[in-house]
Amino acid sequence: MLPDPNSLAGPLDPAPEAGWPEAPPRMGFFTDTSVCIGCKACEVACKEWNDVPASGMDLLGMSYDNTGALTANSWRHVAFVEQPRPAGHRTPPFAGNPTGGTTSPSSAAVGATTRDPVGTEPGVPTGSPEAAARMAAGPEFLGMPGGQPPGRATGAETRSDFRWLMMSDVCKHCTHAACLDVCPTGSLFRTEFGTVVVQEDICNGCGYCISACPYGVIDRREDDGRAWKCTLCYDRIGAGKTPACAQACPTESIQYGPLEELRERAAARVATLHERGVPEARLYGHDPNDGVGGDGAFFLLLDEPEVYGLPPDPVVTTRDLPKMWKQAGLAALAMAAAAVAVFVGGSS
Amino acid sequence: MAEAHPVGFQWVMEAKLRGAKVFHVDPRFTRTSALADTYLPIRAGTDIALLGGVVRYILENELDFREYVLAYTNAATIVSEEFVDAEDGDGIFSGFNPETGAYDQTSWQYAGQEGHSGSMDTSSERDTAAGLRHESHGAPIPGQVLRDASLQHPRCVYQILKRHYARYTPEMVERVCGIPQEKFLELARAWTENSGRERTGALVYSVGWTQHSVGVQYIRTGAIIQTLLGNMGRPGGGVMALRGHASIQGSTDIPTLFNLLPGYLPMPQHDKHPTFGAWVDSIHHPGQKGYWANARAYCASLLKAYWGDAATPENDFCYGYMPRMTGDHGTYQQVLNMIDGKVKGYFLLGQNPAVGSAHGRAQRLGMANLDWLVVRDLFMIESATFWRNGPEVETGEIVPEQCRTEVFFLPAASHVEKEGTFTQTQRMLQWREKAVEPPGDARSELWFFYHLGRKLREKLAGSDKPRDRALLDLAWDYPTHGPLAEPSAEAVLREINGFEVATGRPLGGFAEAKDDGSTAMGCWIYSGVYADGVNQANRRKPRHEQNWVAGEWGWAWPANRRTLYNRASADPDGRPWSERKKYIWWDEEKGEWTGYDVPDFEKTKPPSYRPEPGTSGPAGLAGDDPFVMQADGKAWLYAPTGVVDGPLPTHYEPVESPMRNPLYRQQANPARKMYPHPVNSVNPSPPEDQWRVFPYVFTVSRLTEHHTAGGMSRMVRPLAELQPEMFVEVSPELAAEVGLTHLGWAHLVTGRAVIEAKVLVTDRLTPLRVEGRIIHQVWLPYHFGFEGMVTGDSANDLFGIILDPNVLIQESKVGTCDVQPGRRPTGAALREMVEDYRRRAGITPQRHAPVVTPPGSGASDAS
Repeated sequence: MLPDPNSLAGPLDPAPEAGWPEAPPRMGFFTDTSVCIGCKACEVACKEWNDVPASGMDLLGMSYDNTGALTANSWRHVAFVEQPRPAGHRTPPFAGNPTGGTTSPSSAAVGATTRDPVGTEPGVPTGSPEAAARMAAGPEFLGMPGGQPPGRATGAETRSDFRWLMMSDVCKHCTHAACLDVCPTGSLFRTEFGTVVVQEDICNGCGYCISACPYGVIDRREDDGRAWKCTLCYDRIGAGKTPACAQACPTESIQYGPLEELRERAAARVATLHERGVPEARLYGHDPNDGVGGDGAFFLLLDEPEVYGLPPDPVVTTRDLPKMWKQAGLAALAMAAAAVAVFVGGSS
Repeated sequence: MAEAHPVGFQWVMEAKLRGAKVFHVDPRFTRTSALADTYLPIRAGTDIALLGGVVRYILENELDFREYVLAYTNAATIVSEEFVDAEDGDGIFSGFNPETGAYDQTSWQYAGQEGHSGSMDTSSERDTAAGLRHESHGAPIPGQVLRDASLQHPRCVYQILKRHYARYTPEMVERVCGIPQEKFLELARAWTENSGRERTGALVYSVGWTQHSVGVQYIRTGAIIQTLLGNMGRPGGGVMALRGHASIQGSTDIPTLFNLLPGYLPMPQHDKHPTFGAWVDSIHHPGQKGYWANARAYCASLLKAYWGDAATPENDFCYGYMPRMTGDHGTYQQVLNMIDGKVKGYFLLGQNPAVGSAHGRAQRLGMANLDWLVVRDLFMIESATFWRNGPEVETGEIVPEQCRTEVFFLPAASHVEKEGTFTQTQRMLQWREKAVEPPGDARSELWFFYHLGRKLREKLAGSDKPRDRALLDLAWDYPTHGPLAEPSAEAVLREINGFEVATGRPLGGFAEAKDDGSTAMGCWIYSGVYADGVNQANRRKPRHEQNWVAGEWGWAWPANRRTLYNRASADPDGRPWSERKKYIWWDEEKGEWTGYDVPDFEKTKPPSYRPEPGTSGPAGLAGDDPFVMQADGKAWLYAPTGVVDGPLPTHYEPVESPMRNPLYRQQANPARKMYPHPVNSVNPSPPEDQWRVFPYVFTVSRLTEHHTAGGMSRMVRPLAELQPEMFVEVSPELAAEVGLTHLGWAHLVTGRAVIEAKVLVTDRLTPLRVEGRIIHQVWLPYHFGFEGMVTGDSANDLFGIILDPNVLIQESKVGTCDVQPGRRPTGAALREMVEDYRRRAGITPQRHAPVVTPPGSGASDAS
């Protein structure tokens, strides 16, 4: 069934829908975190090409992540997750070493509380030490029936298992982009490549987009008050070039191309990893039937999205607008009817 | 590798995609470990024990590639009966002279050659880092040797090797390295299973592996394994050194070293090489087999390139103008000489020793005691501002108003602002165009030296002083272009390639070099890079348009060979060892060697060729002697000469270690290069009891986000903000022991310095169990200094100066220290703290750790 052309959710090819009559194929990113080496070349290439300002010179203590989050001044962000958990089929790194308990949760808790200004709003919000500690320890035992007594399987007593996950995060360029939907000036627009771009000369800094983004990506600069985020290098791809981050990535963790092709490649990669004994490999943001109609920038992850600080089930915040307006309309009608009834009643 | 060489690591990832298994051995869990299949934490400085364990595993299980080993290595060669192995000498080989701390190599020779080769006193080789010469060719020995092809003779190399490593068992690896036996066996199995007729394995290391008092022997052990497994001269094999910067390979080929001339020709020594003939004879050893026999032509052509028309056969090509060495002029000796007031001026180009060299305080004190210092760099680095901003200003040791050094800072052009070549680890030269003009006064090195030379010559013009002749007679004429009068880098490359003097025709290769002055050649191993007048380094034919070896991309020395000694990729009869690993083979019909690469062998010498006894030069090598730059055509499992601290790698503890050597009475490398100087000191190690003052092991290396001493990254905002502060990584166990908190401060103390750093408590570091004891290791990045957008104390300040004896590389990957919570003292109190530790450790200017560990301090008695 074809989606409703005015639909705010569900599968859709966004560029034609936005009025591009002969749109080229939708372009996007596939970020394969299983080959990310955490070199941050993407962050540097992005800043250099797009002339993105500084985002603070502070040691965050969150492993090697000193960027903290995606902000108006950091359009690529490499997350580093240290956890006392097994990684795939690998030999436990510290098996046989005289290790004690893990420090990951406690240092993650300390790291979560340190935050210097990065010059953007809301910038990098201070985290919850408790949540950070829980995240660092890995998935929790939630009391469901299982083969082991509660708490036994967390691996926290001695740390023989360890994994260091790395992931380069970026704006998702949603099929249904709430930031764009709520932008009152038309500063945010859908490009012919299906990506979402802010026109900085039109942005009036209202900030509606910030609360609308289900991923917490878009952000405002404190100095000029305007919203900034990844443009998927609109200037480069328009000239047939690869975005700066993907161009700089040494291991092809960041792949750029037609979204359809990337989705096929990603599915094949997941299958390969499953064959090689990495059952935890999964895709995130690839599904056109998810809450945002699928992402233009999607990922291969090695654990639940929460582990990387990603929302598990993002929903475009404007999905329910028609229903809400319908409800509001009904309510208004009902009010009017009631009022009429009152007058009618009064006259009787 | 992912940390320091992320771009090169893409090929490891590519191999992984094809199913390769990656092992990573490192004291700390790094970004490489995160992607590896198996990670082995190791105690810093114990790699020979680990690799020796692999050698033993191969030999005990007879997993060597026997046909290859028999035919292509010196396994069957019989060694002198005078030789006493370190196993029988409690860690010291025969020939050691305790007076000089150096070996006489006579007893290490092959049987029957005792009087003919080897050095009687290697202390002179040590002073001149003579090991560096062997980067392009093996050490000299006479060709005729006694062999036992059954490998049963008790003194054949194979049996000596077997005895030498017999005690390097998995249990011993665990005791020394802290690597659990199961993990060691997993590594040994994978390495051996992926070598042989059908498969090859590559050993890739980075320069941190060399920075040990036994650095050269680390690489030797790796080379022994690769040779035993038949992984040399074959596709997918080899020992690859990932260099620390672009073109570091180039900077040893065309050296920026005190002891080498271009193409690994040795710098003449004042006492040994008074004449051109004596110098040439010391290189090619008359009567020796192999390619080095043409050294006279290379030497004559080099001097001809230097002095042009003035250089004639009659005046020995101006050999008299050549500077001569009188001993150790290495960078560390120079720094001590500066402190002692023996050096007046110093040029620093693209180097930041105030941060990047061991014993930063000595570096800065030395540079503060010059008449003048020229610093050419992209940014105002610490080595240019130490006299006003350095830590010694704070402690009162350098007073800016009184510092006598006049510093000249000259801005340098970056690699995108100048043209030229980079030579990478595969010995491949790749030409680089200039992208933009350098800003302001910034200029290329080529511009600087050409115009400096031009101005000096102008000032001396008309001088009749003999001492000025060397400068005035130089062939110093290069075309320049552009508004800045930039010399043509292609003209320089053409001179490096060599040309016929009469016609100017570029030479096609070093075989065309003449010793009669009719050719000039700036670097013999690079000859061919400008063959046919074409810049071969600038070839960029896509890999899809040529075979997989891609010989038409750039140009590799020698003679555009991509794999050295590739004759070894075929069996003794010239057939490929296997279809899968086919590379170079003998074409019987055409009567020549052929294959995917340029054969590293005389093209028409058949596999069956056998020389008449006594034949010298290339004709002296047989048709199945693939290692053509070795005097016997064989790969050396055992090195009778050329390595000054032993013919076989042996585990010694790092000079600073909290452990007693579990294998031998001898604690540390007895032939190590030491510098007794009041500013230099060594922390005590067992059997000295005061090691307890410095109970922790520290090691340093790079972060992906920064580059070496930080001059190119701490000054650049998008890089600086990624790692904005100096930190030290500690395990949770050590944090608990010492009382360190995550993101709090710690300070580290050695006998040289105290530095502070923010603490990162991380599961990525682990304590090790070694000999029943728990050893804690901490890790620091060495990028930080006091200038730039992000600053911090320099990790290299912690080190003293102790060098490997073969190439004079410093031991700057392992040392001992104390770790304390909180910030360090400042001002004079800082030096007092160091003095207090020195007092407790018994470190005085007079005290030197004994070179030979005295009897009565048996192995392991200190634990």
